Amino acid sequence: MSPPTLQVRNLRTHFFTRAGVVRAVDDVSFTVGRGRVLGLVGESGSGKSVTGFSILGLVDPPGRIVGGQVLFQGQDLATLSEEAMRRLRGNRIAMIFQDPMMTLNPVLRIDTQMIETVLAHAKVSREEARQRARDALGQVGIPSPEERLRAYPHQFSGGMRQRVAIAIALLHKPDLIVADEPTTALDVTIQGQILAEAQKLCAESGTALIWITHDLSVVAGLADDIAVMYAGKVVEQGPVAEVLDAPLHPYTVGLIGSVPSRNRRGEPLRQIPGMTPSLLNLPAGCAFRARCPRAEARCAEPPPFAEYRPGRFARCIHPHGEAIAA
Amino acid sequence: MTVFLLRRLLQAAAVVLVMSLLVFLGVYAIGDPVEILISPEADQIERERAIRALGLDLPLWQQYLVFLGRALQGDLGRSFVFNEPALQLILQRMPATLELAVGATLVALVIGLPLGLYAGLRPHAPVAKGILAGSILGFSLPTFWVGLMLIMVFAVQLGWLPSTGRGETVTVLGMRWSFLTRDGLAHMVMPALNLSLFKTSLVIRLTRAGVRETMLMDYVKFARAKGLSPARITFVHVFKNILIPVVTVVGLEFGGTIAFSVVTESVFAWPGMGKLIIDSINVLDRPVMVAYLMIIVLMFITINLVVDITYSLLDPRVRLEGKS
Repeated sequence: MSPPTLQVRNLRTHFFTRAGVVRAVDDVSFTVGRGRVLGLVGESGSGKSVTGFSILGLVDPPGRIVGGQVLFQGQDLATLSEEAMRRLRGNRIAMIFQDPMMTLNPVLRIDTQMIETVLAHAKVSREEARQRARDALGQVGIPSPEERLRAYPHQFSGGMRQRVAIAIALLHKPDLIVADEPTTALDVTIQGQILAEAQKLCAESGTALIWITHDLSVVAGLADDIAVMYAGKVVEQGPVAEVLDAPLHPYTVGLIGSVPSRNRRGEPLRQIPGMTPSLLNLPAGCAFRARCPRAEARCAEPPPFAEYRPGRFARCIHPHGEAIAA
Repeated sequence: MTVFLLRRLLQAAAVVLVMSLLVFLGVYAIGDPVEILISPEADQIERERAIRALGLDLPLWQQYLVFLGRALQGDLGRSFVFNEPALQLILQRMPATLELAVGATLVALVIGLPLGLYAGLRPHAPVAKGILAGSILGFSLPTFWVGLMLIMVFAVQLGWLPSTGRGETVTVLGMRWSFLTRDGLAHMVMPALNLSLFKTSLVIRLTRAGVRETMLMDYVKFARAKGLSPARITFVHVFKNILIPVVTVVGLEFGGTIAFSVVTESVFAWPGMGKLIIDSINVLDRPVMVAYLMIIVLMFITINLVVDITYSLLDPRVRLEGKS
C-alpha cells in the first residue's frame, strides 16, 4: 500500500526571539490520506498557521523546524534541498493564504502571476501556460476568465481574489493543499461556495486537504478528521463527527460551547474563561490547566497524548467520557 | 490621460506665472545692479543714460509687465554683463550640467540599486552592514571636500584623470557634449562620481528599506509557496514594488542636481549652469537670474509630470485622472 499523502510526526517549530524561545509548534503529529480533509482547529496563536508553513518549509527566521518529520508521500521533506523543495511547492503541495487582499502582488497582472506559476513547474509554451491559467480561473467560477486575466488584483473583490489564489493553487493539480483560514476574510455566501468547491475537488482528484480554521462550524461540514491545537500542541484528534459529538478534552468542550447553537436558545454562550497563555513562558504540565474547570494537582505533570478510544486521541489525564456530558 | 495632461498643462502655466512674479520681486530685493555695473567714476548723465538703457528707470510693476510681455515671445532679457540674450547664455551651458546630472543619476542607480537590494535581502551579513555604514558617509561627507580629495588622489597623485574642465566635446543637435568623446568622458568621471555620492546613498537606503518591507508581505510568501525561483521573486515581485518610491525620490533629486550642482561645478571648474548662476548673483545680473530660475521651474514641472506618468506605469492602482 502506498504511504498516506502527508504524515507529520512530532513536528516542533520554535522561534528564537530576543525575549526567549517561542514553542509555536511543539510535538504535533497527524496523518492526511488521499482525498481526505483534515480540519486543524484552534484559537489565534495556537500554532495552526506555523504548522502549515512548516509543512511547506516556509518558516522564516527567527523560526526554525527543530524536530520531528514531515513525510510527504513517504519522503522526509527535511532531507530535500531548497531547490527540490521549490519544485514541490506550488506543484505537488500548494498553499492558500488567509487574507486574499494581501496574497496577490498588487503591481503584477493576474495573468503574469498565474503564468509564472505554470512555467515554474512545467515546460510548456507561454500560450499553453496562458490557456491553463484561463481554464483554472474558469474552474473556480470566475466569469469571462479571458478578460479577467488581463486585470490587476485591485480590480477584484476579496472573494474573487481568493478564487484567483485558489485557482493558482490548483494549477498543477497538487496532491496536498494547505489552506490557512482561506474563508475567514470572506462573507458567508462566498464561504459556502468555496467550501463546496473544495470538497468537490478532494472527492474528484484525490487531493488531500488541510483546512486551518478557528471556525468549528466550517470544519463540521467539510472535514473528515479534526485536530484541535492549543498552545502549540494537538490536544485532541479524531474523526470529526465523533469529536464534535463527544469531545474528550475540556478545551474542545469549551470551543464547542462557544459556538451559538439552536439547541441552547436563550442561554448565554459558554465562554472559556481566561486567555491563551503566552507561548514564551508556558506553565509546566498541561497548558490549558489555568483555564480548565477540571484542573487538579496532577495536571502539573505533562499529560500524555493517548488513545482513549479507537481512533480518538487526547492530551488530558481525565478526558471527558461518558462521565460528563458536553 | 489626455484630460490629465491638459489639466497638468494649465496648472503648470499658473505655477510659472506665480513663480515669475516671485522671482522678479525676489531678485529686485537682492540689490541694485547699478552700483556694480556702472563705474563709480561715471557722471550723473552717463548713469542715467545707462539706467534708462537697462530699463531700470521704470516703476517695478512696469518692469515686470515689460518682462512678461517679452517672455511670452521667448525673450527673457539680455544679460547686463555679457550683453547676450539670457536664455541663449543659459542654454549654452545647459548641456554641460545636463550630462553631468544624468551621469550622476545613472551612477547612483547602477551602484545604489544592487547594493540596496543586497543589503535588504541579507540585512545581517557583514557586507550589508558595511554598505549601510558607507551610505552614512555618503550622506554626511561634504561634497566640496570629497571633490577636493578626488582631485588630490586621482588627478594630482595618481594622475589618472583630468581635474578640471569638460575636455574635448562634439556638437550634436547644435549643442556641445562631452560624453561622446573619450577625453570628455574622462573629464566627466570625477565630477559625476562626486555629484552622485549623496544620491547613491539615498538610493541604497530607499532600496534597502523597500526590500525589507516588501519581503515581509504576504504576496512574497505566496510567491514562494507557488514555487517560484528566488531570482524571479527578487527581480519581479519585490523589485517592481520598490521602484515606486525610488522613482519619486530620484526624479526630484535629478531636478535638484541640475538646478543646484553649484559646488561640484565650482570644484571641478565644470562650465555648467550652476557656475553661471553663481557668477550672475555676484554681479546682480538680473535677467540671467530670472531666466535661470524660470527654466528651473519649468524643468521641475516637467520632471514631476514624468514621475507621475512613470508611477502609473509601475503601479496599476495609480490612475491619471482629470479629476482630482
